[in-house]
This record gives sequence, structure tokens and C-alpha cells, in this order.
Amino acid sequence: MNTLAVNTPYTVPVAMMDVLQVTLLILVAAGATAVVLIRARVRQVLMLSIYGVLLAVLFLVFQAPDVTLSELTIGAVLLPIVILLTLAKVRKREQ
Amino acid sequence: MTPSQRRWIFLVAGAGLAAFYLWGLSGLPGFGNYPGPYGPAILRIAVAQTNATGVVSAINFDYRGFDTVGEEFILFVAATGVAIVLRMLRGERERSAVDEAADRNVPPTSSAVRMVALLFTGPVVLAGWWLASHAQTDPSGGFQGGVMLATAFVLIYLSGEFLVFKRFSPADITDAVEAVGAGGYAAIGVSAVAMGLAYLKDFLPLGQVPGAVSSSGTIALISFFVGIEVAAAFILIVAELLEQTLLIRQGG
Amino acid sequence: MQVFPFVVVAWILGVGLYGVVTSRHLVHQIICLIVVQSSTYVLLLGVGYVTGAVAPYYFDVPNHTPAVDPVVQACALTDVVVEAAVTALLLSFAIQAYKRFGTLDPQELAELKG
Repeated sequence: MNTLAVNTPYTVPVAMMDVLQVTLLILVAAGATAVVLIRARVRQVLMLSIYGVLLAVLFLVFQAPDVTLSELTIGAVLLPIVILLTLAKVRKREQ
Repeated sequence: MTPSQRRWIFLVAGAGLAAFYLWGLSGLPGFGNYPGPYGPAILRIAVAQTNATGVVSAINFDYRGFDTVGEEFILFVAATGVAIVLRMLRGERERSAVDEAADRNVPPTSSAVRMVALLFTGPVVLAGWWLASHAQTDPSGGFQGGVMLATAFVLIYLSGEFLVFKRFSPADITDAVEAVGAGGYAAIGVSAVAMGLAYLKDFLPLGQVPGAVSSSGTIALISFFVGIEVAAAFILIVAELLEQTLLIRQGG
Repeated sequence: MQVFPFVVVAWILGVGLYGVVTSRHLVHQIICLIVVQSSTYVLLLGVGYVTGAVAPYYFDVPNHTPAVDPVVQACALTDVVVEAAVTALLLSFAIQAYKRFGTLDPQELAELKG
């Protein structure tokens, strides 16, 4: 038997989980709309990073910590880096 | 086709797609009432069969390991594609590795950023390594750990210059590590075949305690190989893009 | 609450597609493609959710506690990482298009020949 871990019962009431999920879904929908509607380049990349963090919290509330870790590292860190590098390359050639 | 025409066509087509989607939605069992037999069946037997307490990683690397081989090779090919597409075009010659932005009015990296980046590089490498090697216990796994390791290398770039980053991750070593990762995963599967079992079947001895690092057979090994392959792929992608931005200039 | 997550998925998909269709800059188009991909992650996790269940990790809860579906989580997990690499490939295509044609406007790029 596994003697190392602590026994943590599941104590959050279902109604509170529902409220949390609905709030985060609305925030995610608003975040997606903001990402699409912003046309200024660097601002859109920053909004994409915030959207990644919102998505990660939504995945956590959907009881999926694995996907949370993936989305956090990729959507909030790696994708904005790659997009900013591309924008720098394109803007340099415009000079 | 003018932009407003395009918009109207999209709205009409979008309305049609939404109608089909809502019709399909009415047949779903509703949010929270997952009925399917596959999920509960795996949950019932996973811990006993594979000695891994992280069921998601057990599915990724044991029950559906073949799908993960395919996904990993998509990653491999995408990183190779980035390297090929961004190679030097005709009429473009590479200058020697000198900082090209020296004459632009760029503010120097503030010492606060450099210090924080330097301080965090070690812990991020440690965290990424821990994630990549503990796939069978917690919500960790090769994919997350590999991406975190790649982020540590980007921190090195932030805390120094691009040339320091280049010295830490020379292109041929990154390529070799990525190939070792991808090949190692496939090799584990092939060695199962060589022993007379099915491809990618779990053949290492399962330990006693479920969820320990040394138990769960090939899952930990596969996750480790996936971790180094994902890390090398993303380091390669970022290094290629950085080189495009900083070193190469249109000929002349 | 029965269908609200799936309605949000449809909204994100529609908004992302609108961005792709009416975009004037290749990088903006690629970012809208990222938004469209993220709607599929929400759909996958929404399908597998079980009300009142825990995450499928039995390290600190007793064995056989009711948990959400782990198969869709495994799909979404590899999905996230692989789509990022494919996005990087798309961005490198955008860089090459800019080097060769000098413009990043998809509606101008569509008219180029040869």
C-alpha cells in the first residue's frame, strides 16, 4: 500500500464547482473574443498569453491538472516567445 | 472579393454550421453525465495492471502508446521543418556571429531581469527534470517536463546574450539529443518485439509499490525519452528563430 | 449548465474562424488559428467530465474513487504540445512568404502568381 501520501477527501460542494466553471467559461469566451478583435501586434500577443493562463485555470477546474501544466508552459510562455520572434524578424525587414 | 462580401459569406456559412452543431448537441448526454464505457473501465484496472497511480500517463505511454509515438513524430517532423524552411535563402549570406543590433537604440537588459532569469534557470531545469521523470505518480509527464526544460534555455538567453545561448545549445548537439529521444521511444517498442511480445508492450518488471519511480515498467523510461525529445525540439525551434532575427541579413 | 460549455466551444470556434477569414496580417491569422485549436481542448475536456468526481490520480485519494475520464485528458495533453510545434512551422512559412513576396497581407498574397 502507498504509505507516503495523505488521504485528502473531496470536499468542495458541487454547486460551488458549477459557479466556478460557469465564471471561467465566460472569462474564456471573453478572452477569445479579445484575442481576435485586438489588431495591434504586440498587444495581441500579450492578450494571447493572458488567454493561455485563463485556459489553464479552466482546465484545472475541469479536474485535469496534466493539461493545465501543458497549457501553462506552452500557451503562456512558449507560443508568445515564438510569435514575438517572428514579429521582430518581420519588422526588422520593414526598416 | 471585397472584405464586406467575405464577411457576409462567412456569416451565412457560419449560421449553417451553427445549425448543424446545435442539432448535434441535442444528442449529447449533457455536461457531467459521461456515460462511455472506456473511461471507467480503464480507471478500474489501471492502477492494478500497470502499478502507476497517474492514470493519464499510463494511458499515454502504455495503453495508447502507439498514438503517442505518432504524436511525437509529428513534433519531430515539425521541428525539422522549421529548421529546413528557415535555412538561408539564395542571395543571403550569414555575417560572422556579431550582435547586429549594436547600432540600434535598444535599451540594455535591466539588471533586475538578468538576475531573476539567472536565479530561476537552475530551479526551472530541476522542475522540468522532475516532471519528466515522474510520469507515473503525479500530474507530470514527458511532454510538460520537456517544455519546461526548453523554457529554462530561453531563460539563459534572457539573462545573457544570444551568443551565450548559442554556446549552450549548439545545433548539432540539439539535433542529436532530439534524435536520441525520438529513436529511444521507438527502440523501446522494437525491443519488446524482439522479446516476442507485442510492439510497445510493458516488459520491464513492475515494482511492489504503486506509484514509485522504479515501478510501472517502461512508462518512466518512455516518459524520460519523450521529455528530452520535446525539450530538444523546442530549443531547436527557438534557436532557429533567434538566429533568423539576429544573425542573418539580406545579402549586401 | 447541461449544454453551456458546448455553447462556449461553439462561440470560441466561431470567433476564431471570423478572425481567420477577415484578417489582414498573416501573424494575426495564425494567432486566430491558435484560438480555434483551443476550442477543441475545451470540447474534449467538457465531454469527459463527471459531476462530483476527482482528477484521475490515485496518489493521494483511495483507489477507485470516482474520477473524470482520463482518455480525453491524454488526448488533449499531447494535442497541446504538438499544435505548438505545428504553429511554429506555420510561422516559419510566414517568414519565408515575407522574404519572398514582401507582403504579409493574405488577401494580397492570394493574388500573386508563380
